[in-house]
Amino acid sequence: MNNDGNDSIVKFENVGLRYGLGPEVLQDVTFSLAPGSFHFLVGPSGAGTSSLLKLIYMALKPSRGLISLFGRDIATTPRRDLPPIRRRVGVVFQEFRLLNHLSAFDNVALPLRVAGARKADIQKHVVELLSWVGLKDHLDARPPTLSGGQQQRVSIARAVIARPKILLADEPTGNIDDRLGMRLMHLFEELNKLGTTVIIATHNNQMVERMGYPRMHLDEGWLEIVGGNARPRQADTPVEENGDEAGGPDSGNPGGDRTNFEQLI
Amino acid sequence: MFTRRSDLPLDQDTLSRFLPWLIAFMVFLAALAMAGMLVLDATAERWDKGISGTLTVQIMPAEDPAKDSDRLQKVLLLLGETPEVHRFETLGDAKLMALLEPWLGAAAASGDLPLPRLVDVELKADAKLDVEMLSQRMEARVPGVTIDDHSVWLARLVRLIRTVEGLATMVLAFIGFATVGTVVFTTRTGLAIHRNAIEVLHFIGAQDSYIANQFASRALSLGLKGGVIGLLLAGPTLWGITVMARQMEAGLLPEITLGPVHYSAVAALPLTIAFIAMLTARLTVMKTLSRML
Repeated sequence: MNNDGNDSIVKFENVGLRYGLGPEVLQDVTFSLAPGSFHFLVGPSGAGTSSLLKLIYMALKPSRGLISLFGRDIATTPRRDLPPIRRRVGVVFQEFRLLNHLSAFDNVALPLRVAGARKADIQKHVVELLSWVGLKDHLDARPPTLSGGQQQRVSIARAVIARPKILLADEPTGNIDDRLGMRLMHLFEELNKLGTTVIIATHNNQMVERMGYPRMHLDEGWLEIVGGNARPRQADTPVEENGDEAGGPDSGNPGGDRTNFEQLI
Repeated sequence: MFTRRSDLPLDQDTLSRFLPWLIAFMVFLAALAMAGMLVLDATAERWDKGISGTLTVQIMPAEDPAKDSDRLQKVLLLLGETPEVHRFETLGDAKLMALLEPWLGAAAASGDLPLPRLVDVELKADAKLDVEMLSQRMEARVPGVTIDDHSVWLARLVRLIRTVEGLATMVLAFIGFATVGTVVFTTRTGLAIHRNAIEVLHFIGAQDSYIANQFASRALSLGLKGGVIGLLLAGPTLWGITVMARQMEAGLLPEITLGPVHYSAVAALPLTIAFIAMLTARLTVMKTLSRML
C-alpha cells in the first residue's frame, strides 16, 4: 500500500487552493516526492507555504487537483481510512499546538495512544525520546511552564514518536536561536537517514544554503523545485521501504543512530 | 468520579458542572412520574380484578311490601338456574343499613323507608355472561329488577387512570427528550471549546470514535453522578408519600404500595438516563466530526 506503481510518497497534480471566493493561494502545484527525500519549502511570507503543508497533513482540502499520499488519492479515501494515513505523517506545527492540560509525557504519548499502542511500550518509548531531546526532568511539566525551546522539543518529540514516514515542519526554527536551530536540523537529518521523508518550511535562507537540500520554492502560488531533482542527497542510503503498521513504534532499534540523537540535542 | 486520564480537558468546562444537577432534576421528576405510574397501574389492575366478575342485583321495593320476599325468591331461583353464576348472597338488613347510613343517617335504621333488596352475585372465573340477556329474563319474571355489573363505573375509573398513566408516560418521554437535548447542547459546546485540541488529535491520527469515547465516558460519569443525586432526592419524597397514603388508607383509596419491582424500576432510572447521555454524546460527536475534515 506504500507506493506501488509510482515511486512517490507525496504527489500533487495541478493542485489549486483558494479560501472561499478569494484568489487562488496555490495554482497548479505539481510535484512528486520520492520516499526518503529531504526538502526545504521556501518562499516569501504569504506565498502559501503553510497552506501547502496543511494540504499534505490534510488540514485543508484542495479546491482542485489531485493529492496522493503513499499512493492513495486523498479525496477518494473514505474518512475512516484517513487516521491510519495521518499516523504516518508527523507534523511540527509552527505554534507547536501542544495540549496545555497534558504533561509533556502525555503530549508525546498521544500519537501512540491514539494508535492503540501497549501501555508498557508507550512508557518506554516516550521516556526514551524525551530524554533524547533533553527533557528527562520535565516529563510531568505542563507545556505552559516550559520555555519556547522546550515546548518546541516536546512538539518535535510528538511528531516523531510514532516513526512517521513523512515529517512536516512549519518554521521549526522560528522561535529559537541559530545554534539550537541547527541542532534541530541535524535531528531532522538523522530521521531522514532512517528513511523519513522530510519537508521543512522555513524563512531561514542561511540555513537552507548551508544544508544544501533541494528547495521547493513557492512564489505567488506557483511552485518550483530548485536544486537538483527530488532524489535525496543520500540516495544510496537504503530507504525503509516496507510500510510497517501505522503508528506502532516498530521494534527495530537502530541503536547507533540514537546515540547520535543524544549528542545532537 | 473516575480517575481516567482524558486527552481533552472536559472536566474543566463550566457545563460539566451544571450537567449533573440538571440530570439530577430530571431523574427526580422521572422517579416521581414513574412511581406514580406504577402505583396507578397496580391500582387499576387490582380494582379491575376485584370488581369485574361481580354483579349486584337490585330489587326495587314494590307497592306492596308483602310481595317483596316473593320477588326476591324468584330472583334467587333464576340466579340459581344461571350456569355462569358461582355464588350469590342476599345482603341482610343490617349490612344494607350500614351501606346507607353515610347518606341517610339514623333515618335509615328507622325501618320506615322502603328499602331495595340487594343480591351480591359472584360469577365463575372466565365465565362470559351476557348481562343484557339476564337482565331481560329477570325483568320478564320480576318487574322492577335491575342488574348492575359496575362496568360503566369501572370503565370510567380505569379510563381516568389510564389517562393519568399516559400523561406520566409523556412526562417520562419529555424528560428523555430534555436530557438528550441538554447533552447534545453540552457536547456541541464542548466540541467548540476544545476544537483546537480535537484538531490536534485528528492530525495525530485519532479516529472519530476515539474522540467520541472521551465525550461519551464523560457524559456517562456526569449522568451517573446526576442520576444518583436525583435518586437520593426522590427516595425520601416517595417514602414520604407512601407513609402519608398509608395513614389515610382507612378511606376510599385502595392500598398504595411500591413493591420491590417498582423500587428497582425507579432505581434503574439513573442508569437509563446516564446511558442515554452517553449514547447521545457519542452520536453527537460522531455526527459533528463527520462534517469536519
